[in-house]
Amino acid sequence: MTSPLEQKIRITGPSMVTANRTFDGAVIYRTASKGWSTSLSDAAVVRTAEQARSLLAESVADDLGAVGAYIAPVEIRDGGEINPGNLREYIRSRGITIDLSVPA
Amino acid sequence: MYAYDELDRTLINERVEEFRDQVRRRLSGELTEDEFKMLRLQNGVYLQLHAYMFRIAIPYGTLSSKQLRRLAHVARRYDRGYGHFTTRQNIQFNWIKLAELPDALADLAEVGIHSMQTSGNNTRNVTSDQWAGVAPGEIEDPRIWSELLRQFTTLHPEFSFLPRKFKFAITACAHDRAAIKIHDIGLRLHKNAQGETGFEVLVGGGLGRTPFIAKTIKPFVHGRDLLSYVEAILRVYNQYGRRDNIYKARIKILVHELGIEKFASEVEGEWRAMGDSALTLDDTVIEEIRSRFSYPRYEKLPHMPEELRLAARDPLFERWRRNSVSTHKMQGYAIVTLSLKPVGGPPGDASADQMDAIAELADKYSFGEIRVGHEQNLALPHVAKRDLPALWKALDKIGLATPNVNLVSDIIACPGLDYCSLANARSIPIAQELTRRFANHDTAGLIGRLHINISGCINACGHHHVGHIGILGVEKNGEEFYQITIGGRADENAELGALIGPAVPYREVADVVEDIVEAYLALRERPDELFVDTVKRLGVEPFRERVYATR
Amino acid sequence: MPLVKNARIVTDIFVQVPDGAELPDDGAVLVSATRFLEDPETLLARPGRLGVVWPNNRVVDDLVPFLDRLAVVALAFPTFRDGRAYSQARLLRERHGYDGELRATGQVLRDQFVFMLRAGFDAFETKKQSDAEAFAVTAKRYSVFYQPTGDGRVTALNRRMQQRHSESAGQ
Repeated sequence: MTSPLEQKIRITGPSMVTANRTFDGAVIYRTASKGWSTSLSDAAVVRTAEQARSLLAESVADDLGAVGAYIAPVEIRDGGEINPGNLREYIRSRGITIDLSVPA
Repeated sequence: MYAYDELDRTLINERVEEFRDQVRRRLSGELTEDEFKMLRLQNGVYLQLHAYMFRIAIPYGTLSSKQLRRLAHVARRYDRGYGHFTTRQNIQFNWIKLAELPDALADLAEVGIHSMQTSGNNTRNVTSDQWAGVAPGEIEDPRIWSELLRQFTTLHPEFSFLPRKFKFAITACAHDRAAIKIHDIGLRLHKNAQGETGFEVLVGGGLGRTPFIAKTIKPFVHGRDLLSYVEAILRVYNQYGRRDNIYKARIKILVHELGIEKFASEVEGEWRAMGDSALTLDDTVIEEIRSRFSYPRYEKLPHMPEELRLAARDPLFERWRRNSVSTHKMQGYAIVTLSLKPVGGPPGDASADQMDAIAELADKYSFGEIRVGHEQNLALPHVAKRDLPALWKALDKIGLATPNVNLVSDIIACPGLDYCSLANARSIPIAQELTRRFANHDTAGLIGRLHINISGCINACGHHHVGHIGILGVEKNGEEFYQITIGGRADENAELGALIGPAVPYREVADVVEDIVEAYLALRERPDELFVDTVKRLGVEPFRERVYATR
Repeated sequence: MPLVKNARIVTDIFVQVPDGAELPDDGAVLVSATRFLEDPETLLARPGRLGVVWPNNRVVDDLVPFLDRLAVVALAFPTFRDGRAYSQARLLRERHGYDGELRATGQVLRDQFVFMLRAGFDAFETKKQSDAEAFAVTAKRYSVFYQPTGDGRVTALNRRMQQRHSESAGQ
């Protein structure tokens, strides 16, 4: 199984690193202070492939705290607000898109 | 219902303790994720988009009411109050915490439920006809053999690290409700000229990137040789299945690359070399397993009870009865399908409250037994006909009496991008919209039997290849697109569907399906010509024209 | 890589000699399958015990004629996910009657010990010291086994039949 670091790293715009928390599977984002947060607004944003690689490397090294780290795109709004950069990340940050309550 | 004894329970408990230790070692850092991943998969624990997903085995789709109540408890205590029934007769929970899993497993073990080998490169749940034991025309109960196979394949030391996953299915009726032809090993139970029970053995079925319909490797394997013959197949696969490329690692690829004759002769050679096998089943062993299956003490009941005659005046009851109630082998009884496909709801889900309610209804009306079908509906297999009106009222109250079984709104869908990290696109919202478009049950009845299958990615957990209408989510430039196929079938005439044209975007899928159905209604020879037969008769072209005329 | 035999960590007396390197005059050695098959008789004639390292992507048939004269057959788990050696082990023990040391090498982790024991391995080059130390406890993890292998453990089915027998005998 190839580690994410063995693959060529390319980014197409501002990006972040995200993973799942080991003990409960919650979605987490790598912060600039070498930690994790469940809030996307705390995510460290990288803009070059080298920065992305470095952020990913330190994330992957935290095998105990996080599982399955990878680089994902973000969208930065005018006010600097970090938004998910694709549908998958939207779903991971906001939750499932389906209404589970069923009309009687 | 199979009764677990001390030995079965001990094994499950030993497995729980082993997993508890593995989780401990993972959370302490003793095990890396890379080492742990295979271990958690062997216990049905996936990492998905938002959380861990936990897949629990329901062997050959049979549950007791006690077990269903415990599933409801797990949903409440460890998850978010609901579960999802899968296309392999299992149940999945989507929000489980790894740290709590050993406790959840221990709770389940108390009622004989486990999650062994519901994932990983090993032998998975042996699925069967959800009407096993009660269907008219069944040769004998295939679950006896499913249980023999289940025991044989559980924690098998030689076959726990196969090149890839391995799935079995067994049918014992002329009409195959278990979809054996899309399994790695499909078994068709029948009797030879001497009246002895045996199996037509098919190998190499499977969907995904390279779908194949299974081929017959041996027309008749005597029941006593079932396990030794299966061991021969597994050994050939374990040794020669590809390990260099996960997309070419299933047995279907090996069968395809060797050709069925060469593959069959490899298996035959290995089987002969096994000689007098310890796996040869004698009658006493088979009887031992059979004796641990309990069957209801059916009453002698009339074919048409008074309660049913009176209730027939209610058109709503009648519509449900005609749709969801099927003939039972015992006079005076019926098989009732509980649709888990309410209009606007996610297909195949049940809330904890619904599970508890179903358990109670099973106790009252079905000798405490429930079945899970691969079409993601449930069934109560032993309902006295006189109880049908009361049962219907109760089901209707809890949203489980939608009269759409086998109709266009009875959709089979994988969890898709809302839950699954493998997905390209969402499947559940598509299904929900389709149930809304076809919410009129009378219209759906007019359309007739029509299976829509939706998969959010090429792994095909929604079995889209064999849907009458198949919908496959793909990604195009960051947007959700869907390829549509028609004419697939999963039964004894199993066939892969044909693509009707280029993929369409998310917002057009429901319109396309409506166009296809309209085309069918216009083209069918008679009202009772099924959609899938019209497609067979006319091919894809007339449908393609209709759908793409304005696109 | 601690070697476990009889549930204890032991010293490995076998020296693995790479292809091309000269063999010591005596003492226990392990050689590759290629080297062995080039000249099995000479190797077997030498004083000191001989073991062969057999790859997991090759059938064991070529080794079978020599099994009764080999002290060790070492099979490989290149990753712990690669289960081919389990089949090789069972065939060597159950079909070909090999009763020398059958050694598991490569990615050998605690969680495979029971499977390996049941398949016929009796020596384990474990990847981790902690796993080697936990061998005895781990080997006892399971007491119920559904399917027969050559390990002699009574299957659940047979235990039930025995129970039935003794119950009816007692009546």
